[in-house]
Amino acid sequence: MAQTQGAYYVPHGSHWPIIGSFGLLGTVGGAGLWLNEADIGKPIMAVGIALLLFMMFGWFGTVIRESIGGKYNKQVDTSFRMGMIWFIFSEVMFFAAFFGALFYARTYSVPWLGGAGHGALTNHYLWPAFSAAWPTNGPAGVGGAFSTMSPWGIPLLNTLLLLSSGVTITIAHHALRAGNRKQLLVFLALTVVLGVIFLGFQAHEYAEAYGHLNLTLGSGVYGSTFFMLTGFHGMHVTLGAIMLTVIWFRCAKGHFTKDNHFGFEAVAWYWHFVDVVWLGLFLFVYVL
Amino acid sequence: NPQPWQLNMAPGATSISQRIHGVHMLAFWVCVAIGIVVFGAMIVAMVRFRKSKGAVAAKWTHNTTMEVIWTVVPIVILVVMAWPATKLLVDMAEAKGSDMTIKITGYQWKWRYEYVDYFKKASSVNFVSSLDADSNKARQLGSGIDPHSIKDGDFPSYLLNVDKPLVLPVGVKVRFVITADDVIHAWWVPSLGWKQDAIPGIINDNWTQIDQPGIYRGQCAELCGKDHGFMPIVVKAVPKAEFEQWLAGQEAAEAAEKAGATAQATPAPASQG
Amino acid sequence: MAAANPAIDHDAHDDHDHKPEGFLHRWLFTTNHKDIGTLYLVFSLLMFFIGGSMAMVIRAELFKPGMQLVQPEFFNEMTTMHALIMIFGAVMPAFVGLGNWMIPLMIGAPDMALPRMNNWSFWILPFAFFLLISEIFMPGGGPQGGWTMYPPLSLEGGTNVAFMIFAVHLMGISSIMGAINIIATILNMRAPGMDLLKMPVFVWSWLITAFLLIAVMPVLAGAVTMLLTDKFFGTSFFNAAGGGDPVMFQHIFWFFGHPEVYIMILPAFGIVSEIIPTFSRKPIFGYQAMVYAIASIAFLSFIVWAHHMFSVGMPLGGELYFMYATMLIAIPTGVKVFNWVSTMWGGSMTFETPMLFAIAFVILFTIGGFSGVMCAIVPADFQYQDTYFVVAHFHYVLVTGAIFAIMASTYYWLPKWCGNMYSEKWGKIHFWSSVISVNVLFFPQHFLGLAGMPRRIPDYNVAFADFNMISSIGGFWFGASQLIFVGVVIHAVYFSKNRATTQVWEGAHGLEWTVPSPAPHHTFTVPPVIRDDVLAHGDVTH
Ligand code: HEA
Ligand code: HEA
Ligand code: CUA
Ligand SMILES: [Cu+2]
Repeated sequence: MAQTQGAYYVPHGSHWPIIGSFGLLGTVGGAGLWLNEADIGKPIMAVGIALLLFMMFGWFGTVIRESIGGKYNKQVDTSFRMGMIWFIFSEVMFFAAFFGALFYARTYSVPWLGGAGHGALTNHYLWPAFSAAWPTNGPAGVGGAFSTMSPWGIPLLNTLLLLSSGVTITIAHHALRAGNRKQLLVFLALTVVLGVIFLGFQAHEYAEAYGHLNLTLGSGVYGSTFFMLTGFHGMHVTLGAIMLTVIWFRCAKGHFTKDNHFGFEAVAWYWHFVDVVWLGLFLFVYVL
Repeated sequence: NPQPWQLNMAPGATSISQRIHGVHMLAFWVCVAIGIVVFGAMIVAMVRFRKSKGAVAAKWTHNTTMEVIWTVVPIVILVVMAWPATKLLVDMAEAKGSDMTIKITGYQWKWRYEYVDYFKKASSVNFVSSLDADSNKARQLGSGIDPHSIKDGDFPSYLLNVDKPLVLPVGVKVRFVITADDVIHAWWVPSLGWKQDAIPGIINDNWTQIDQPGIYRGQCAELCGKDHGFMPIVVKAVPKAEFEQWLAGQEAAEAAEKAGATAQATPAPASQG
Repeated sequence: MAAANPAIDHDAHDDHDHKPEGFLHRWLFTTNHKDIGTLYLVFSLLMFFIGGSMAMVIRAELFKPGMQLVQPEFFNEMTTMHALIMIFGAVMPAFVGLGNWMIPLMIGAPDMALPRMNNWSFWILPFAFFLLISEIFMPGGGPQGGWTMYPPLSLEGGTNVAFMIFAVHLMGISSIMGAINIIATILNMRAPGMDLLKMPVFVWSWLITAFLLIAVMPVLAGAVTMLLTDKFFGTSFFNAAGGGDPVMFQHIFWFFGHPEVYIMILPAFGIVSEIIPTFSRKPIFGYQAMVYAIASIAFLSFIVWAHHMFSVGMPLGGELYFMYATMLIAIPTGVKVFNWVSTMWGGSMTFETPMLFAIAFVILFTIGGFSGVMCAIVPADFQYQDTYFVVAHFHYVLVTGAIFAIMASTYYWLPKWCGNMYSEKWGKIHFWSSVISVNVLFFPQHFLGLAGMPRRIPDYNVAFADFNMISSIGGFWFGASQLIFVGVVIHAVYFSKNRATTQVWEGAHGLEWTVPSPAPHHTFTVPPVIRDDVLAHGDVTH
């Protein structure tokens, strides 16, 4: 079915994308129905997600087979790299929207409601009892009183965890390039373990927040930004950990060579990206 | 107030709105002038450099002098337009020194006006203003009523009339504090020169000083749901003395109504006028 | 999918490529940039008609004062859907389709860099629009809060809120993947000798547009995600009571929204920069200046967003800054306009349909640009904002800008795609009918806006009646004119006996004109050798 076009490999036809599209439609259509309280929503969403997973297995499987089959030359490799880089850039911009919301709330909307600048009128006419402070759940106290997480407990630990996972994956990368398989596998595994511990702590933290601090997604703008940012980050860590696991198996199978291991590098980049986002989170969500 | 076949912005009823009109006309004529030059050059080119007339293509692709000129000249033009706009904007931002405050609240789909104070004296006048009954009847789908037949005096007032207008004194600097109760609306009377969004949970302010008595009409200018097109604004500007009389009358009526309401021990409804 | 082209099928015989057999197999699974380009273009045309039909409903209701046809809710639904479909369904996919078809041909690449992903980028779209359009039939109808989706209003919708948001997510995913593909293709797949500064301006415009897409579509995704959580999960991003601010949404939305409007015009600039030199038989004037102008416009587009929000009550400093920054855009745009005129100056012009559309583009887009600059002047915008003056502004830049450029490019490249010439006579009829009617349609809207008619209203005072009726007549006429366009295209693809040459246009230069017409299923499987005389882009020394 597939054939090489001159030097650049151009695959001929693939059924995976259309399966993926059905998967996406099922996922979001199901989610939409579910949010609108239709019983059929959940099963449809489940089918959609299953289709997406099926698509990913199939699609990546094909790519891996082609890659091992030596179909990809340097130029194809470069295309993949650019694809990954720009994908990560798009993710950065996705997080930028939420960071933007956080900064906006902290520097504009909350002080304004508290009477800063021209906002004196807003405060006078609408929210006379409100004085600006951060964290806050707003002049109406949406979600009820809550307490916040200290940055110097679990969050600090999590920072250290992620930072060291950045180091371990770099060591693994060096090992891969040096052809040291054992070191590669150990340090890659370590990276996954660190990631999973991070997630464990994060889950614990959420349980703490909901269970004891009354800090929820509904806790005004603080809760909103807190959980959206850490939540989306956590989802990305989860995804990264899964990708790392897949890569570990591929390393174990010997899919990668010293100078041909785009898959590994792509995931490593992703992991670093997740890492850097966390640093931003730690600084702006927890510490400041 | 809009006229049939009206082509241009009207100068409006305040000095601010007239200056806005000036800024608008300046920008307009600048655009016309640039347009004449650019489109003129294009037309000349299309006439002179046709293959059918035997034109042979030149080879040049650069002309540094020209390129510098058409970068610099627009900058100058922009500065010429920005300068009066900046001055005007600075003046518009100056809301101090007002002698009267009105609080405007947008609702789906009507406006509430509260007369907060008038020359430092607090006022309790507070009413809701919504689309007049005639227009409301005519605007129902398939009502069969000809919109042209809806009139307020001489003015064909279809969709531009309310049951109870906002009454303002002439020659007094009025400050508005504007908010909304449900979704975003925008309070706009073209003759006053500006529109200001009415945002739930937030107060915006703006001001006006009307020179001429008259009836000035406007509309909600931010999509606010199904009847967004049907929440007009009518400002009735009257001489100061007349206004003071009106305000006193309203206050008296308000007080009487309150007394009546308390007597019946029912909560006072917002006076509907 | 009607544009599945028999001419191409014929060619397959002497074109030893393994083109998949079977209709579904070919179009569903394709990884070929030309097939995918065709899919995009056909899809876009379909969406243009659906979105246009909604505009016809709008114009019909506004034909005269009084409510005649639809309920206000439905009117708002039409306005909202019209805009979403035109922007995300018609204009953007059309440009992606053109990019898909032409970029590999223009830079001498065998295909797009990531062909399978290319297929997926396209095939997400029909599903996204299925989701969006099906909302009309759901309880409570489709979204009614305007394409800008401002909360709290947009959250008042019923069933539609979640589906609209998810549809936007899907469109975003599609656009981002498409943009990644285009960047990778342009940066990585150029034939040897095709230096960056020798690429056609169209390729440059797409490179920069793709960057804009990747930078802002995720921001839109973030913004609508916050809408979703505000509605369903109790967050308070856009709720002042909880410390948020409805205006925050507007900032985030327009941080996406303003670059978005340039996403819809930069490729049009690129197209016009191809067509005018061809029919002037003279290389583009100031190639590098053109490229830098596009880059400056793209840069500026990130720092002007709040000019859509002059009446939300920003502090004075903010208003002034956004006014100045916005006005600056006139300068690089002016450079482009002047360079187009200079390209024509001293040329040897002929006026085939693509050129007519390109010239109309330059004039009418500039008029739209003028009203844009007027809108940028804050005190004046206090009057223009949310009136038909703005509606006139953006339809001049979008319809006589983006849409006209797309039409121009269709006439320009159609012979290359299908191997046949279109009917010049009917092309010209389409042009004149469109260009007159579109001005009847949108020019009076300036007057309406200045006289004080707000936008997004289903009914109006009788003073606005005359110009609305004229506008509506122009609207029906313009809509009907587009039927001619479809006729011309179908005729050219299936019935025209007039075979196109390889070069197609006498004055055409560039790699895409060195492959046969119709372009074979696979081109440049071996990178072409580039000679300066076919290159003809950039500052080539002759
Ligand atoms: C393709 C789409 C497109 C393009 C290219 C533009 C181009 C511009 N737009 Fe437009 N705009 C929209 C699409 C577009 N816009 C849309 C869709 C909306 C409404 C959204 C909504 O609310 O739904 C909108 C709304 C909009 C507003 C908000 C209006 C309001 O709601 O109150 C403003 C305000 O500043 C604005 C400004 C501009 C400016 C300054 C340009 C400039 O880029 C124009 C530059 C071009 C020229 C100026 C002409 C050529 C130049 C010369 C010949 C040089 C010399 C000229 C001078 C010195 C003046 N636009
Ligand atoms: C690329 C974008 C794009 C395009 C191409 C168009 C094209 C058109 N637009 Fe649109 N429009 C927008 C983007 C666009 N618009 C946006 C962003 C808004 C703002 C929305 C908002 O406020 O949220 C808007 C809003 C808008 C309004 C204001 C609505 C309101 O404020 O309530 C109006 C009113 O006249 C209008 C009209 C038209 C018309 C007549 C066309 C025509 O050019 C369409 C022509 C095409 C066809 C008609 C289809 C083809 C032909 C047929 C289907 C054959 C049948 C025809 C007949 C029987 C006559 N548009
Ligand atoms: Cu209130 Cu529109
Ligand atoms: Cu803009």
